[in-house]
Amino acid sequence: MKRILIIGGLVAVVLAALVSFYASSHPDGLERVAGDYGILDTAQDSATSTSPLADYSVSGVANDRLSGGAAGLLGVVVTAGAAFGLFYAVRRRS
Amino acid sequence: MTTIAMHIPDGFLDIPVSLLTYVISAAILALAVVKSRRDLDDKTAPLAGLTAVFVFAAQMINFPVGAGTSGHLIGGALAAILVGPWVGMLVISVVLVVQALLFADGGLTALGANVLNMAVVATVVGWLVFRLGVRFVKGRGGAAIVAGVAGFLSVPASAMAFVIEYAIGGTAPVSLTAVAAAMGGVHLLIGIGEGVITGLVVATVLASRPDIVFGVRGTGLAKPVVRPEAVAV
Repeated sequence: MKRILIIGGLVAVVLAALVSFYASSHPDGLERVAGDYGILDTAQDSATSTSPLADYSVSGVANDRLSGGAAGLLGVVVTAGAAFGLFYAVRRRS
Repeated sequence: MTTIAMHIPDGFLDIPVSLLTYVISAAILALAVVKSRRDLDDKTAPLAGLTAVFVFAAQMINFPVGAGTSGHLIGGALAAILVGPWVGMLVISVVLVVQALLFADGGLTALGANVLNMAVVATVVGWLVFRLGVRFVKGRGGAAIVAGVAGFLSVPASAMAFVIEYAIGGTAPVSLTAVAAAMGGVHLLIGIGEGVITGLVVATVLASRPDIVFGVRGTGLAKPVVRPEAVAV
């Protein structure tokens, strides 16, 4: 299990921090359809749109690669904290 | 700056449908927490945590699906197969909450709908397809292919859930049949990517630790791989 956690964790970090820079920048399926059919105009900014990590970039960091990579890495850390915390709390104690 | 994963933003769905999807999602997640107790122990809790981390990272990688459009993993089918449907719903929900709060990906009022479509519908459809199909195949390769099919079908199912919500409480006057056709079409393409990723990840985990894969419990595939280094961990 330890091995799976280490390898899986490393894969996630590489994806979020490094590979994400090369992700397609085209609109995703929902955004594309919403744009084509006039739905996209009704989109409103989320209340969290002023978050320093909004849109997967660290505000104030000019370099896209660095900004996106750091945001991805932070996301991995926060997701790990929330998920491991939740699942350890809910689990059956042996 | 790259455009990244977009879940339903605020403004697409009206207040009643936003509230309704919040209530439905909250009720289902509450049930999922209760049901998850049975499925989570010291061995499966870390796998569930890892699955959430992997899905978060993988959702950042938009892949092209032809003419100026991209798609990304949902991960519901994958989570259901690896850790079970109830825990799987919680896995995807954690990811969606982090994305909405920290990254402004997916609206706050739309969070109920995003959870319903991706954490519930995709997970349940992926789970049902996998459990139904895995009986008819032999071996790890067969199970991985069924996992791929489950991932593939979970995506248009999730997209259709959005179309239903939009039919009830969409804020723009649109042709629903046109939107349904467009959403279905593009998400069938995105589903191919989902299926490939789901199949590959399930194949990888089955090759090293089939005993921890929830979806193959009770089948001949669940036996641990007899290999010294795998047994040692």
